[in-house]
Amino acid sequence: MASAKPYAGATIVYYGDGVGQGNDLDKAAATQFQKDTGINVTVVPRPQSSTDTFSQYQRFFQGQSPDLDVLMIDVIWPGQLASNLIDLGPKLGDATQQHYPGIVANDTINGTLVAMPFFSDFGILYYRSDLLQKYNISAPPTTWDELGQQATTIVNGEKGSNPTFGGFVFQGSAYEGLTCNALEWLASTGGGMIVEDGKATVNNPQAVATLNMMKGWVGTVAPRGVTTYQEEDARNVFQTGNAAFMRNWPYAYALGAANESPVKGKFDVAPLPAGSGQQPVGCIGGWALAASKYSKNPDASIEFIRYLTSPEFQTFRGVVGGYVPTIQSVADNPTVQQAQPYLAKVGNVTRVARPSAETGENYNQVSTIFFQGVNNVLNGQDASSVMSSTQSQISRLLG
Amino acid sequence: MSVEAPAQAQPVPPVALPTVHSELVRRQTRLAWWLLVPSLLVVALVALVPLGQTILASFTNERLASNRPVQFVGLKNYAALLTDDAFLHSIYVTVLFAVLTVIFELILGLGIALVVNSNFKGRGAMRAAMLVPWAIPTVVAAQMWRFMYHDVYGVFNDFLVQRVHLLPQNVAWIADPATSLFAVAAIDIWKTTPFMALLLLAGLQVIPTDIYEAADVDGANPFQQFMSLTLPLLRPAIVVALIFRTLDALRVFDVFYVIFGNRADTQTMAIYAQQTIVAFSDMGYGSAISVAIFLIIGIFVIAYVTIFKVEQS
Repeated sequence: MASAKPYAGATIVYYGDGVGQGNDLDKAAATQFQKDTGINVTVVPRPQSSTDTFSQYQRFFQGQSPDLDVLMIDVIWPGQLASNLIDLGPKLGDATQQHYPGIVANDTINGTLVAMPFFSDFGILYYRSDLLQKYNISAPPTTWDELGQQATTIVNGEKGSNPTFGGFVFQGSAYEGLTCNALEWLASTGGGMIVEDGKATVNNPQAVATLNMMKGWVGTVAPRGVTTYQEEDARNVFQTGNAAFMRNWPYAYALGAANESPVKGKFDVAPLPAGSGQQPVGCIGGWALAASKYSKNPDASIEFIRYLTSPEFQTFRGVVGGYVPTIQSVADNPTVQQAQPYLAKVGNVTRVARPSAETGENYNQVSTIFFQGVNNVLNGQDASSVMSSTQSQISRLLG
Repeated sequence: MSVEAPAQAQPVPPVALPTVHSELVRRQTRLAWWLLVPSLLVVALVALVPLGQTILASFTNERLASNRPVQFVGLKNYAALLTDDAFLHSIYVTVLFAVLTVIFELILGLGIALVVNSNFKGRGAMRAAMLVPWAIPTVVAAQMWRFMYHDVYGVFNDFLVQRVHLLPQNVAWIADPATSLFAVAAIDIWKTTPFMALLLLAGLQVIPTDIYEAADVDGANPFQQFMSLTLPLLRPAIVVALIFRTLDALRVFDVFYVIFGNRADTQTMAIYAQQTIVAFSDMGYGSAISVAIFLIIGIFVIAYVTIFKVEQS
């Protein structure tokens, strides 16, 4: 940490993870960093809800406040906050070589590196290995059609003993999580990436077909209420043994494998299905670190970001906290893989990013138009008319 | 709200009050103004200033946390509002919700108020118990109902499908557009009926009991007594309760937000405004929405007050 020595004695304020394990790790990092470099770090836990965190940052930036130096930002925020963030390129550009290129691209707005990848989530498929065995299914589904067939078989078999059994649960509520789910459906079936080259692309025949297929599943293969499910709703249904398949983030693995979990030892993970002949994908979630333009100690702030995103510290967080690394060499590290056994099975899926970098300040609005449209489809409307109006709304917004 | 007393004084012609310009009256008027100044200042600071700022912002294209210069755009935001289907739909959802909940709350609240106003053993405990739903924070109560409505492990489905076999299969109460608005209205009715009952109970308690004794002597049955004595005398309390509840229902946010998030077909006016300002950072348009909500609620207040005045005279 020789590069940080000149800034010893400075004090920076870091808005880190919310209270809990994330906050403990942040405090441990601050203490160690202070010892190594002489830079003092005040750790402030951000609000647990990401929406609240976003509006808090907005208020800081609105007032050009110097009371915030380093901040943890959601992967969808770089574009929206870019004008208030320091260009990290000159000092940390080299360090980005180690990180997954997709995530670095997500943090690069108009050629400027405004954030550094901190940890990364992506969507994966959880399946009940015991039920697959019971119904003589040799392998988890690789295509969406297979998922539909397998889920139907299992639901028909289980309905007798458990009338509430659902085949496939995901995040279908009208919120940001549905944008992630639907992006995975579209990107894995040739339905596009919502916005490409600044143009809305959701109204294409493949996307419409995929969404109509999903609509057909609601109430048959998936529980009818899936259109109100967020992460925890889906996990509760899966973990209590009421579903055969679930799309969720990696956090659900440790909880499902815990001692008190009814599905402990009865489930496994796989990449999400894709269209036939297509690549499986996982939507990028997770958080990055950025420095405020209004900071009085920009250099000390950048050094702290360098420290938090280093391979050494990502390894520590991966082993102690189960945070998914953004660096390939860390993901390949045997100690990390032991702490996160699913990484070996799904670590290599193609990561797809929501169009947040591309749509900048307008991202939240684009995403809201999209997830509200998809939610309407899942609730019974026809995808071709909904997507046509969704496309024109997004186009009007992007001008 | 005692409206009966001045009714006797009404026949006096309006010109009867001569304007007195004595030194005493003027001094007292001045003193009254001085005494009012602190509260007027507070009102101006916490209500008028933000209102003025919102109205000002509604004529601009201001964005939160953006370094784009703020420009005056005239009535552009309001013009956009008139053709904004999402906003028009949110008015429909909100008004429907308000009408639905206020009617049920009035009927149920009146029933409860009449029961706890009568004499029976354990009345004190009953009055305290009825307030429990109202005492639970809305967000907590809504989350609790969300669990109860759940289509897989919710208690409603368990009871109706598994226990009493009233329904053939589980219903996704809050997911299905056919039932979702009623599901959320039921939460509000459960939660706010006690408040309605409390306001009406206060109204019932000021009605003197001797008129009922007189009615008994005249041979009026309980239903006649209710229709010709209780209801007319309770009218002032009912109007206050209705105004309170309608205004509250028109700015509903929390229960919808917990149950539906940002779902398009169940967006209320307040959720739409919050989404525009907080999530989209669009301060200008969001302010125009807020002003529109202010005006719509104003229309309801004026309507209530006018109807009430007409009925009085």
